[in-house]
Amino acid sequence: MSEISLLPIIAILPFVGALMPGIVIRAGRNACAAFTAAPTLLALVMLGTLAPSVYDGTVYTTHFSWIPQLGLEASFFLDGLGLMFACMILGVGLLITLYARFYLSGDDPMGQFYTYLLLFQGAMLGITLSDNILLLLVFWELTSLSSFLLIGYWKHLPEGRQGARMALTVTGAGGLAMIGGMLILGDIVGSYNLTDILAAGDQIKASEWYLPALILILLGAFTKSAQFPFHFWLPHAMAAPTPVSAYLHSATMVKAGVFLMARMWPALAGTSEWFYIVATIGLITMVLGAVIALFKDDLKALLAFSTVSHLGLLTMLLGFGTKAAAVAAVFHILNHLTFKAALFMSAGIVDHEAKTRDIKQLGGLRKLMPITATIATITALSMAGIPLFNGFVSKEMMLEEATHTVWWENPWIVPALATLGAVFSVAYSLRFIFHTFDGPVRDDYPAKPHDPPFGMYASPAFLAIFVVILGLFPGIADGIVGMAASAVIGETVHPHLALWHGFKPALYMSIVAIVVGIVLLLLHRPLDAAWLAAPRPEAKRLFDDLIRGVVGLTRRVNDVLHNGALSRYLAIFCASTVAIGYLAYSGGGLLPATREMLPTPPLAIVAWALMVLATILVVVLHRTRFAALIAISVIGLVISIGFVYLSAPDLALTQISVETVTIMLLLLALHFLPKETPVESSIGKRRLDGLIAIGSGLGIGALAYAFMMRDFSSISGYHLANSYEGGGGTNVVNVILVDFRGYDTYGEIIVLGIAGLAIYALMETLLSGPAGARLRNSGYNNDRSHDRHPLMMVIAARLMLPIAGVVGIYIFLRGHNEPGGGFVAGLVISIALLIQYMASGFAWTTRRQRMEYHGLIGFGVVIAGLTGLGAILAGTPFLTSWFTYIHLPPIEEFEFATAALFDLGVFLCVLGAVMLMLYSLSRLARHSGETVNTEPMDYDPSKAPTFFEDGYRTEEEGR
Amino acid sequence: MIAYAVTFAMACFGIGLVFSLWRLLRGPTRADRILSLDTMVINFIAILVLYGVANGTKVYFEASMLIAMVGFVSTVAFCRFLLRGDIIE
Repeated sequence: MSEISLLPIIAILPFVGALMPGIVIRAGRNACAAFTAAPTLLALVMLGTLAPSVYDGTVYTTHFSWIPQLGLEASFFLDGLGLMFACMILGVGLLITLYARFYLSGDDPMGQFYTYLLLFQGAMLGITLSDNILLLLVFWELTSLSSFLLIGYWKHLPEGRQGARMALTVTGAGGLAMIGGMLILGDIVGSYNLTDILAAGDQIKASEWYLPALILILLGAFTKSAQFPFHFWLPHAMAAPTPVSAYLHSATMVKAGVFLMARMWPALAGTSEWFYIVATIGLITMVLGAVIALFKDDLKALLAFSTVSHLGLLTMLLGFGTKAAAVAAVFHILNHLTFKAALFMSAGIVDHEAKTRDIKQLGGLRKLMPITATIATITALSMAGIPLFNGFVSKEMMLEEATHTVWWENPWIVPALATLGAVFSVAYSLRFIFHTFDGPVRDDYPAKPHDPPFGMYASPAFLAIFVVILGLFPGIADGIVGMAASAVIGETVHPHLALWHGFKPALYMSIVAIVVGIVLLLLHRPLDAAWLAAPRPEAKRLFDDLIRGVVGLTRRVNDVLHNGALSRYLAIFCASTVAIGYLAYSGGGLLPATREMLPTPPLAIVAWALMVLATILVVVLHRTRFAALIAISVIGLVISIGFVYLSAPDLALTQISVETVTIMLLLLALHFLPKETPVESSIGKRRLDGLIAIGSGLGIGALAYAFMMRDFSSISGYHLANSYEGGGGTNVVNVILVDFRGYDTYGEIIVLGIAGLAIYALMETLLSGPAGARLRNSGYNNDRSHDRHPLMMVIAARLMLPIAGVVGIYIFLRGHNEPGGGFVAGLVISIALLIQYMASGFAWTTRRQRMEYHGLIGFGVVIAGLTGLGAILAGTPFLTSWFTYIHLPPIEEFEFATAALFDLGVFLCVLGAVMLMLYSLSRLARHSGETVNTEPMDYDPSKAPTFFEDGYRTEEEGR
Repeated sequence: MIAYAVTFAMACFGIGLVFSLWRLLRGPTRADRILSLDTMVINFIAILVLYGVANGTKVYFEASMLIAMVGFVSTVAFCRFLLRGDIIE
């Protein structure tokens, strides 16, 4: 296997793996975790085989065409940035899998959790590996969806559900904006492939569409990465189980926005727009997040706001647009991952053991859980930016970059605010350490805390080791940071990461931050009181109000446009269609007519008058439903005849068969419905409706007339030219149905089958529910004609059946070349069967037919599908037809086409669906107490007359 | 000669259609309307056959046979509804 084709396999592995945990959970929790880790590990190993050459600067790409018409390709590529992120996602994924195995309690459905986790991991991996921005968008949305499932994992907690909804709303809205941005970007460059877009940076920045594209893409990135003012969803997402928070909300998903900004850096960064939007938002977010974090008592909320702050820091660094800042950003991404994931897991351990994560209820845990305390202390010191830990190195680099940044001709505002952020960062980090783990041991914890089993602290401990090593010897990350940073910047850089940068302004800023941070911590009690007393905007309430407002608004609009009454909906639809049509017409683009009127024979006028008057009759009589049905039949009849007259005999046949079946359906239903339609609307409303109806009818008529009087190009010519050569049939209509548009037909028969089954299921539910009870109590009165199954009709029906059967088969067989086909044949056969039902009754006929209509539908769809698959076996696309001419003496040479097999599927499906619908509806009557007959006809002259017994039974007796 | 005969016959069936239409509009009973529908089906079948004779093709003949085969079914259904209420008992 070549190395290039590994990429799609890596991308797909988590999705395939996601199928396993749900099944394997039955083998136990350990097996479940192992099967979750396996695909992750495998993907990581595969990535590892590619890593050395990526390290040397190779960029792997692989392309698969997906929907080339849209520019959508399943193409992947792997460069330094992608490799670093992919390793982070998979590596932390492994650690989280281990941690979650011990974190989740026995009551939590673990299989579900791991499935969601792998889905998320796959989506995230897809983002980092996509070469096509449309594909990237697909994965982007998938992360929103899968994180929704993960945040709402504890379905019984209202905070979990609300947090999940909020996260989905905010990130989903951002994703929507990003789609717009990406489309503009693709439009500017003329390609949706990232490699092309990254190479066209100058062209993008010069385009007048640059700013809209930038803003839309940044909206997507900012919402995902919880940047101000969209930062509020992240703390609420903390209702998720801690493994989720550690994975999604520190290490991976929220970094997707940062990743995107880094990815798009060569294409979008470097302009003043980029700097002022990205750097400013990042700076605000950094400071704001750090300030709020200090005043959060919930350990996870503190960490959440700290994450917001650090994401702001990364955004700001990328916003600076300089190479050194990009290097610092890449390094800080790595550092933040190590300490923040470990911190979240430590917070989770505290929560798990002490059953609370409220700092005010904690303290003194160092003596009770020394291992957890050590891990948390190391990682929190790194978060604070204390020397000898990795957070210090990248924070120094950030401060160094800040001192070089001039904002609106003001050289000190960025460094000052950056230092302020650092001050609060030190303060909340130290608060995390001291208020949780130091101080006197208390005796009022909700549970007696102690260190967890090894499996639970293994993952954070592993990360803590990294924190220390990277803190002491940052130089070992030179390679990986250089590799990723080169990919971000677009040219090779060789950073030299070091602990000691010399006596530079950044060092003094760090010292100030640490000193002032300690002072702030000492003053925490009065500051906290002041903070709590101060009025603050409550993000959740604002968000809820906003959502409520939007829902109210849409509901008001909806109530006007679509109040549930079909007449209102149709009126608006028709009136606006007419208005738009008129608008188009008044634009004056209508060319003069190019065709002559055809001669109109008097008979055509008679037929036309028949149809028009019958239509008017339907309107006049529509309150007496039965009479209206007769008038409708007349309309259907004239339409069918019209089709014959206009040389479409198979359409005519289809039309009249459909008319017949429809009338029967309506009559069956009408039996249980009121025979009259009551007057429900005012005379004024009816007049208005009449006006709209006449207006739209005239509009459609004018449109049809205008079309028929002009020559216009259509695809008919192609079909006519290729029907025989391409499809092997001379009946173009049939060839279109089974060959050219076979896909459509396949979809349609499936829909038809589903409709048939749905009617059956609905009827079943109806009969077993209250409506069925009412029906059973309605009482059956035999106040009707005694000619129940007349002899004449039974005999006629029996004669009809074989004739209609032969005709049906004949129509089916010749369908490819002459008028006919599977659809008509199915209708003809079903009508023949329905006549038997009408003539000899339901019970008698049902006992004599041995096929299940459900089965027919299934057979039909399967046969049609298998025919299509046969084409794949032959190496052509799905549903490509094949035909040959066979000569079997003594028959004449005939054509055999796979399309005929497909048509057989259509035939069976139509027959099954039509029969199942009528069968289901006609069952209603038996439930109202109607009797059934055991004899085929009222009076059978071949038998001895039975004068005293009428031969009718209830349905059960009749069986 | 045959052309005249066909034209004459067509005119007759056309007038038959108009009369059926009158019955359909006037009623007065539901049975009248059902019968007018059935008469229209038959008249149309005849017109199709005549049309085929006039144009010398067999397509119309065949179509008329098929329409004859299924055309009466809705009449039967309407009648059963009138007589028994339920068309499939």
